[in-house]
Amino acid sequence: MSLWSVILLASAVVAATKFVGFVLPSSITESDVVQRVSDAVTVALLASLVVIQTAGAGNSIVVDARLVAVVVAGFLLWRRVPFIVVILAAAIVAAGIRFVGWLA
Amino acid sequence: MTDQRRATISMSLGVAGAVALYGISFGALSVAAGLDVWQTQVLSLFMFSGGSQFALIGLVAAGAPGPTAILAAGLLGVRNGLYSLRTAPIVGHGFWKRLVAGQWTIDESTAVALAQKTPELSRLGFWVTGAGIYIGWNSMTLLGALVGDAMGDVRAYGLDAAAAAAFLGLLWPRIQSLQPATIAVVAAVVAVITIPTLPVGIPVVIAAVVGVAMYVVQARGVR
Repeated sequence: MSLWSVILLASAVVAATKFVGFVLPSSITESDVVQRVSDAVTVALLASLVVIQTAGAGNSIVVDARLVAVVVAGFLLWRRVPFIVVILAAAIVAAGIRFVGWLA
Repeated sequence: MTDQRRATISMSLGVAGAVALYGISFGALSVAAGLDVWQTQVLSLFMFSGGSQFALIGLVAAGAPGPTAILAAGLLGVRNGLYSLRTAPIVGHGFWKRLVAGQWTIDESTAVALAQKTPELSRLGFWVTGAGIYIGWNSMTLLGALVGDAMGDVRAYGLDAAAAAAFLGLLWPRIQSLQPATIAVVAAVVAVITIPTLPVGIPVVIAAVVGVAMYVVQARGVR
């Protein structure tokens, strides 16, 4: 698959999904089961993406500056620090560690 | 303008500003993942859903096959469909209005709309947040993509860690009770096991299956 077709197809799928509530009868989409399954899948996907983005390197698990940054981010989220500050802090922590030359 | 309207607008713009800033890191990471500036901008204009966009470029960067990247982005966008149930009655009538409102139905616009006390303030919050984020996210994506092209290795700036923190930030408000927190832990453990053992891109598909399985287990447990 070319990169363009991946981008266009995925965009079409994600955009079309946003119109579900505008076209479908609410009895289907408001069903408790649909909502709960969707919540469960969203949580599982995000948790998996946190791991992939934090420790994944192709087909292996790597512990590096990203892990430290994400632990700091978790602490800040727990302290109810605003989202954008958390993101910036994670970037600064990882950049700082790499600049000093620890954990490559 | 009443104080209430002012409060709603200020909340909307605050949320939009924060999200826009984070668009810079999306733009820079996207070009680092191998997309060009146009491809990056198409994602922000047409996909317009941060979690799905980061998932797509993350999987493309990791070398995952196209269909798994599309699947992951699509599944992460499912929640927008549920939000649209809440926003559809708020935005009013008219084809073009509803077309734009659908495209702007995302985490933040829905959250701001639902946080308002009256239907009129909900409508105001939805439109100001939606417009603010659409404009801000797209212009910052472009800036990030252009700067990213020039800055070389984004790892030196910690942008890969910022993307990981962003996923954690999206996850965080969803795991404030035991059941979803358990799902997150199980999915994370499964990811650690499957990343080295399965082809790139498959672990995220397995995570979706884990989510459904955990729903079934938990639904049985409470009965």
